[in-house]
Amino acid sequence: MSELSLLDPFQTLTIPLGEWVESALTYLVQNFRDFFRAIRWPIDQVLNGIEYCLQSVPPMIGIILMSLFGWQMAGKRMGLFCACILLSLGFLGVWSESMTTLSLVLTALFFCAVMGIPLGIWSSRSDRVERTVRPVLDAMQTLPAFVYLVPVVMLFGIGNVPGVLVTIVFALPPLVRLTNLGIRQVPEDKVEAALAFGCTNRQLLMKVQLPLAAPTIMAGVNQTLMLSLSMVVIASMISVGGLGQMVLRGIGRLDMGLATVGGVGLVLLAIFLDRLTQAMGDNSSTEKGHEGHWYEKGPVGLLLRVLGKSKKTKYAKKSVA
Amino acid sequence: MSTEQPLLSIKNVYKVFGDDPEQAMKMLDEGHDKDSIFDKTGQTVGVMDASFSVNKGEIFVVMGLSGSGKSTMVRLLNRLIEPTSGSIELNGKNVTQLSSEELLQVRRKEMSMVFQSFALMPHMTVQDNTAFGLEISGVDQQERERRAKDSLSQVGLSGYEDSYPHQLSGGMQQRVGLARALANDPTILLMDEAFSALDPLIRTEMQDELVRLQREQERTIVFISHDLDEAIRIGDRIAIMEGGRVVQVGTPQEILRNPADDYVEMFFKGVDPGKVLKAGDVAERKPQEEIIGVFSGATDTDQDYQYVVDEAGTFLGLVNTREAPDELVSDFRSINAESLVNEVLDSVARSDYAVPVLDQAGCYQGNISKQQLLQTLHNA
Ligand SMILES: Nc1ncnc2c1ncn2[C@@H]1O[C@H](COP(=O)(O)OP(=O)(O)O)[C@@H](O)[C@H]1O
Ligand SMILES: [Mg+2]
Repeated sequence: MSELSLLDPFQTLTIPLGEWVESALTYLVQNFRDFFRAIRWPIDQVLNGIEYCLQSVPPMIGIILMSLFGWQMAGKRMGLFCACILLSLGFLGVWSESMTTLSLVLTALFFCAVMGIPLGIWSSRSDRVERTVRPVLDAMQTLPAFVYLVPVVMLFGIGNVPGVLVTIVFALPPLVRLTNLGIRQVPEDKVEAALAFGCTNRQLLMKVQLPLAAPTIMAGVNQTLMLSLSMVVIASMISVGGLGQMVLRGIGRLDMGLATVGGVGLVLLAIFLDRLTQAMGDNSSTEKGHEGHWYEKGPVGLLLRVLGKSKKTKYAKKSVA
Repeated sequence: MSTEQPLLSIKNVYKVFGDDPEQAMKMLDEGHDKDSIFDKTGQTVGVMDASFSVNKGEIFVVMGLSGSGKSTMVRLLNRLIEPTSGSIELNGKNVTQLSSEELLQVRRKEMSMVFQSFALMPHMTVQDNTAFGLEISGVDQQERERRAKDSLSQVGLSGYEDSYPHQLSGGMQQRVGLARALANDPTILLMDEAFSALDPLIRTEMQDELVRLQREQERTIVFISHDLDEAIRIGDRIAIMEGGRVVQVGTPQEILRNPADDYVEMFFKGVDPGKVLKAGDVAERKPQEEIIGVFSGATDTDQDYQYVVDEAGTFLGLVNTREAPDELVSDFRSINAESLVNEVLDSVARSDYAVPVLDQAGCYQGNISKQQLLQTLHNA
């Protein structure tokens, strides 16, 4: 049996990948605790900050503010739409859970943007970087979350911070890919014109490439948000709070009511974020959104107009007097 | 008009596209041609051994068929494409030797480019597009606005400052492209097939506009074109390119009259000489027809008409030796030497005598007879 068989050599010859990973992990856990603690810190800060903001605002005020934001970004209908969705979340009784989930998702988005956009820019500038980054992104997207859930727990413990980390791993790739794609798709002649007028690489990026790639990058942001939301339930297995946990608990206790409420909450949140980022993407595209500056529109525009009018009438009165 | 001192001079410039230009250069030295180099090494010779100079204040047209290397040539000038070898001198400084910082300054201050595809920034207003070059070079907001407005009004686009490029027609977009280049007040304007994407009618309009602007501001312009009519219309001088090589440089008249080789001759076959040649180019001077100095009657009665010119060369009038040999006719027909031949057909056809050709100052340049005119129109 222990003889090497040519027809089936795999009986005796195997690569002990599993063992390697395990011993590497043990080594890491034993020797680099502090390093992983240090990684936790910034995530912790951002997460706590966002969650504190979202949770401390009374629900009605929160709904009004977010709807105004929607109105500002994409018009009155969007404002109304946001209000409806957020009110339903409130009436479902999952406001607080929703805000926890939202803060997780926003934190993940924040770190994805901070890492993903520069990485996307870098790989758009160098084919070699793109070739190296691409398989890594593929792995991040296709590796089942359960595979890295365990090592993450071993290294970072359980709770919201490792939850955000897992989410970042899963949600980062589309942002990198679409930033890269968006910049590469900027028409050659525009780039050439910019260079002909003496742009430095930095000016080329800031004044031409990024603005023209903005709609594509916004599509990346949208994808990142959607993937983050879809990760929320899985992340709740390592005791991340929020809507995901409701779903998980519901399934565990065979409480279909609880699971459904959590699930519907997630879907509503997803629709809210999707519509909003899509509208922002349309806004940044070049064909639309030329009806004036952002501050001339929406609630800010209204406010400014009202203030402006009262000023004008004051002046008018003065000049009459 | 153009003072004859070269502002830009290009000497033995080569550009090889490919990963081993050294090898291609060596093969060129050994006498291989473009096609065999491509077959053997897969590298493209874009421009080879180009030499010419551009004078201050002239419109210099680089003309050739598609793929002859015109776009490559013009991009070598501001080093959007790095030359493989050769020198490019602008105002005495060698552009090929500049550091990247100095090159940026040249692109910002000395050379501006207008593109066939307009290449306007879709996310910027017309005003911001026009001020783009100024913004890049760090000119302050107020100055930028003033200069952009100014150059928009030069191209007839006042009032469109807040529009976006996609709201304008092709012709208007290219006016913005031109305004953007003018706003920088460059020493040289580079135009790569700037009007080729426009409708014929708009194209002629833009050509006239460009010539007008050039006259007013004495701009130096390097204009790329694949259209011979366009080249002749606007070009003070033309360089003809074929397969990456500059085969001839000269005024349209020079090239038409003395084509350097069969290729150029064939190229000019379809051109109407009446549209190219000026009256001054075809006017003939025969000593026996002229009376120089004070007029005191006809001197050579073999001629039907004699032309009277004073010592300074000013034309005084002509004499009909057959009918009134002692009378100086002073209400005569005459032709401006700068007129195109096509514009003087009628004048010559209706006249009994060969019509005298005078330059701007009234000096006699020769005359054009019916016979001479027919020969000119037939010859080319
Ligand atoms: N970036 C490039 N890489 C390889 N070959 C090129 C490149 N740019 C131009 N060429 C080749 O150089 C030659 C001249 O091209 P171009 O200057 O664009 O001609 P034109 O503007 O006269 O039509 C063509 O054969 C073209 O295929
Ligand atoms: Mg071309």
